[in-house]
Amino acid sequence: MENSKKQLISPDAADQLFKITTAVCALLAAVVMLGFFIQLFWSSIPAIKTFGLDFLTSSEWDPVKNLYGAMPAIAGTLVTTAIAVVIAVPLSFIVAMFLVETAPPALSHTLSHAIDLLAAIPSIIYGMWGLFIFVPFMQNQVQPFLANTLHLKVIPLFAGEYNGFGFLTSGIILAVMILPFICAVMRDVFRMVPPVLKESAFGAGATSWEVTLDITMRYGARGLLGAIFLGLGRAVGETMAVLFVIGNVQKMPTSLYQAGTTISATLANNFAEAQGVFRSALFELGLILLVISFLIQVLAQFWLNRVSRQMGEK
Amino acid sequence: MKKRGLFFRKTTNLAVTAASILTVGFALLFMGWILYTVFDNGFRSFSWAFFTEPTKPYGIPDGGVANAVLGTIFITLGAVVIGVPPGLLGGIYLAEFAKGNKLGNVIRFSANVMMGIPSIIVGLFVYALMVYTTKTFSGLAGSVALSIIMFPVVLRTTEDMLLMVPDALRESALALGAPRWKATMNIICRAAKTGLTTGVLLAVARVSGETAPLLFTALCSDSWPFGYFTQPTSNLTITITEYATNSPFPEMHTRAWGAALIITAAILILNISCRFLFKDSRHGK
Amino acid sequence: MENNNNINHTAAAGKTKISVRNLNFYYGMHQALFDNNIDILEKQVTAIIGPSGCGKSTLLRTFNRIYQLYREQRSEGEIILDGENILDNSVDILELRRKVGMIFQKPTPFPMSVFDNVAYPLKLHFSLSKSEIIDRVEKALRGASLWEEVKDKLKKSGMALSGGQQQRLCIARAIAGEPEVLLMDEPTSAIDPVGTLKVEDLIEELKQEFTIVIVTHNMQQAARISDYTAFYFQGKIIEFDITEKIFTSPANKQTEDYITGRFG
Repeated sequence: MENSKKQLISPDAADQLFKITTAVCALLAAVVMLGFFIQLFWSSIPAIKTFGLDFLTSSEWDPVKNLYGAMPAIAGTLVTTAIAVVIAVPLSFIVAMFLVETAPPALSHTLSHAIDLLAAIPSIIYGMWGLFIFVPFMQNQVQPFLANTLHLKVIPLFAGEYNGFGFLTSGIILAVMILPFICAVMRDVFRMVPPVLKESAFGAGATSWEVTLDITMRYGARGLLGAIFLGLGRAVGETMAVLFVIGNVQKMPTSLYQAGTTISATLANNFAEAQGVFRSALFELGLILLVISFLIQVLAQFWLNRVSRQMGEK
Repeated sequence: MKKRGLFFRKTTNLAVTAASILTVGFALLFMGWILYTVFDNGFRSFSWAFFTEPTKPYGIPDGGVANAVLGTIFITLGAVVIGVPPGLLGGIYLAEFAKGNKLGNVIRFSANVMMGIPSIIVGLFVYALMVYTTKTFSGLAGSVALSIIMFPVVLRTTEDMLLMVPDALRESALALGAPRWKATMNIICRAAKTGLTTGVLLAVARVSGETAPLLFTALCSDSWPFGYFTQPTSNLTITITEYATNSPFPEMHTRAWGAALIITAAILILNISCRFLFKDSRHGK
Repeated sequence: MENNNNINHTAAAGKTKISVRNLNFYYGMHQALFDNNIDILEKQVTAIIGPSGCGKSTLLRTFNRIYQLYREQRSEGEIILDGENILDNSVDILELRRKVGMIFQKPTPFPMSVFDNVAYPLKLHFSLSKSEIIDRVEKALRGASLWEEVKDKLKKSGMALSGGQQQRLCIARAIAGEPEVLLMDEPTSAIDPVGTLKVEDLIEELKQEFTIVIVTHNMQQAARISDYTAFYFQGKIIEFDITEKIFTSPANKQTEDYITGRFG
């Protein structure tokens, strides 16, 4: 049959064009990622020139004199993230373990869907709930309990005035926020353990907990680590959940009850009015956050990639 | 051989089970608390006026969120238009042309890393790129920021969905003499269309609740969002922030809850529908 | 009435280790085993053969109650091991599983070193000194004909061994805790012919110490290595007898049809 169809371009050229177009689109992932670094660095140059390396270690913050230091923000980010991870990771593990190993199928199914839905709730909801509900709760119930009833106020960590805002509250809200997320990833890691391997351990006479400890955790060690780092990454860059409740004061964290700031909260709070060097300093803060979260993400991917390669070998 | 005590092992096992039940209960309690708060407080603000009137300027404890809802829809739709096609095409590239090769792996890695970058960074990036250069905040800039967040998500889910299409289908399409691009677009994408759709919808759900990137791009406004391309555009999430933190009036706080409820409900509905959509299509196969 | 089970010609030949009485098994609503009665003899190799899906593995999995991991699976009847009915809930399941070891179709090395794999049941069930563990690990590995091949690689991951070695590792692990019965569910179907031969030779040695029940798809294998054979069909034991008799002059026509390849 004669090919009488008129064609603007030959089929081969069309296919080539298709391949190139799709490749360019895919490459955007790498290009934009690189673009983040380039653009933020470019915008930070005035601040880098003005403050140099001292920016990273100084805790001065004086908009009047135009002197800025990143330490309070960086320290605040580290503290709130640490609290969030310390609380969320063990709880996520236990819930994921329950979901996969213990719960009857119907409950497991429902719970699993619930976790995915909860992980989809945007952070501003947590911020609002934190501000209106949790802060008063902390102020009236939890903080007095810890400080007075448990007499923890003698420890510097729990000393000082409290008003519900601050590092502890932020850390807890962050923990609640990242819990469904870490739990969902851990659940997926647990599910990847081959059932016959677990049966084999049961067959050797192990209890359910022993199987989880000796087999599942070892087999999924890398995946679990990846899950932790993903949660870590989520907590590090979180803005809205923290912005409303951290207190927004540029001070170094010395007590959990004290108000402070994080990198993202500082950015959100100050960017609108900032000008000149101030604005550039904020960009530099953003660059620092980018570097921190990039490293965390790379490590997380490293661990999770090892998992899929492990699967592939089977 | 000397035997180990069974009692210790069994008690430990029981204790762990008990602890896990308690923990799950505790976690669900917290979550229930949050959701209940949103729904309870949010419903209080619901009224005809709430959904039809625009926001009022600062200081006036009144008004609705109609313009914000419309603004969020505009900004999100804009993000879809900008971010989804490259995501789909890029995902096609990864699934069809770059299955195991090095370039594909680099791209996948970048996309995965990109998905974990805080959204406030994306906001800063778009600010420097668009807002600073054009000297204007705009809904469009907000859409660009959200599209950057959506892009890697759509990229990876497209790839995953396309990889689920069996090779036999690809081969039979090509065996009929169809050029590669036609086979991919018409046949393979159609076979995966439910999965691709859910991927996009989930990405939409993800960005519609974002606040931080809009702080530096779309800002906020009391007028209707028709200045989308060149002016600050009202949207739900920034409105919530304004009402919750900048307004001393309890009536505005209630309205903030109402807006929060709208977003939460929309996201939950999108997610649940995706589940049903995807489940049905899997069973249909 | 057709008696759907054993004609046991071996009352004189040895003690009964496991005695199955009126065993019925259900997957939810679906019944898989129908009124099974069979006596497994001590320190003999009993093979269970039959077409796919006829209940062979199901029977095996009742002997160590591994089916209880799945809520919808349940059993009725009695399985007497050393005088106790192991299906009774009063019997300790952890001790049962120490006594009755299981080897699966796919080799299942645990994600730990070769040494730790074999030491696992020891650490689980016993409190031993470090040197005792080392001795027993070596004993088990020798017992599984694996010692020479792995003695320099004890720290290597169990998953790094070849398929046949992995299966012998699983056997070493199964015998380390000094069980009395070994259950093998198609142990060689996932490994190469050379590995298969090694495992079959091993079974020949192991039966001097352990009672072995082996499910196999491979009739030639059953004929080679087993002392007694049970033929299963659709959840019922059709015939059970000395292996030689089953394969040369089966009493039941269905058995004969299966053996000669007319179906299955």
